[in-house]
Amino acid sequence: MCDQTFLAITFGPCDNCSQNKPLMNIYLKNEPINYCSLCVELMACQGLAKGETTNTLKAESESLKAKLEEERAKLHDVELHQVAEKIDALGQFVMKTRRTLKGHGNKVLCMDWCRDKRRIVSSSQDGKVIVWDAYTTNKEHAVTMPCTWVMACAYAPSGCAVACGGLDNKCSVYPLSLDKNENLAAKKKSVAMHTNYLSSCSFTNSDMQILTSSGDGTCALWDVESGQLLQSFHGHSADVLSLDLAPSETGNTFVSGGCDKKANVWDMRSGQNVQSFETHESDINNVKYYPSGDAFATGSDDATCRLYDLRADREVAIYSKDSIIFGASSVDFSLSGRLLFAGYNDYTINVWDVLKGTRVAILFGHENRVSTVRVSPDGTAFCSGSWDNTLRIWA
Amino acid sequence: MARDMSDKDILKMELEQLQKEVKNTREPVSKTAKEICEWVEAQSAEDPLIKGVPEDKNPFREKGGCIIT
Repeated sequence: MCDQTFLAITFGPCDNCSQNKPLMNIYLKNEPINYCSLCVELMACQGLAKGETTNTLKAESESLKAKLEEERAKLHDVELHQVAEKIDALGQFVMKTRRTLKGHGNKVLCMDWCRDKRRIVSSSQDGKVIVWDAYTTNKEHAVTMPCTWVMACAYAPSGCAVACGGLDNKCSVYPLSLDKNENLAAKKKSVAMHTNYLSSCSFTNSDMQILTSSGDGTCALWDVESGQLLQSFHGHSADVLSLDLAPSETGNTFVSGGCDKKANVWDMRSGQNVQSFETHESDINNVKYYPSGDAFATGSDDATCRLYDLRADREVAIYSKDSIIFGASSVDFSLSGRLLFAGYNDYTINVWDVLKGTRVAILFGHENRVSTVRVSPDGTAFCSGSWDNTLRIWA
Repeated sequence: MARDMSDKDILKMELEQLQKEVKNTREPVSKTAKEICEWVEAQSAEDPLIKGVPEDKNPFREKGGCIIT
């Protein structure tokens, strides 16, 4: 009697190429996979770990996320507002509009303070970028950009230049001259080139480098003189809407937030994504570092602002109320980090006690969405820009 | 860039990122929250928006009327 070995061959659609072929039954990571011999060879050539389909990747991703949450939860032994119970509550808050800057012909989208604590640059939907003196409300410079929706603008640390960009996919730097009659547009220097709109830009500690974020899902670091790309940061899976650099004492990192609901912390030198947080339920519109550099806040379309602690690697506070249903477009901290100013799409600015998690004040005044909120460098006032074409200085 | 990537590439990117992050060192919230509170307390004394600025020193006070002599 001879042994009869039967080789059973299954015939059917391949999991990979969907063609009807003789299939090789492979078990990869304890899961039966049916690939035709051609696909098995292709897989080997592509150098993929065997058995990587979208489903297996997703499953692994989910299990890692669960593990990450577990690790983070182990250290979640107390809430921030519990630790803050012993701290005195803040007194009555009285803040009012001290200056109204009128002059933009359309929605104000972004603004930035100069380090001299007095000048402000603002950009608007109509393509105009204006430099104001906040004490006197005079306009010092005005530039017309070749594109509309100038969503990003920033003042150089020296106060001698401004950077701006938007739907033109570029970030351009305009040196400011003392001669008011000089045509600023002539001296424009295009620094950054993205493949989609520019959502945010910021100078690093010097006038020589600019960090940009874009609707194309990336952030990038550029050299201003040469326009060269120094480092690019990939990791977001959708538009990046905002970025903020760590305060200079704490090192070379920055945080970015975007439409993928994630906030990522990056190392500027290596281009690596160091930490990432995904607890918001909708687009993150704005991110801002805490003055000490150990935490950052985010404002999102889910109507909440949240505080994330970098050393504890988790979200430690949510600033929300049932009565607030409109998204927060912009956030900033006061000098000590005790107050969080947040501008919302319901035309108001809410002031939150960062440590206790309670709302300290609501500021009314704008007649349309508040698009940007920034505290002045010396902390004496903050400025808000809105879709009602004006900027207001509150103190 | 993110818009051009296939779903599979995006998932791979996220997976690599998660694998790195699981290895990060973390500190307990009780410690970090306390440090944040202490930092704020120390800085609050100098925060103009909290302690207030006397009207005569506030550069943003209402502009006074003109006096013509």
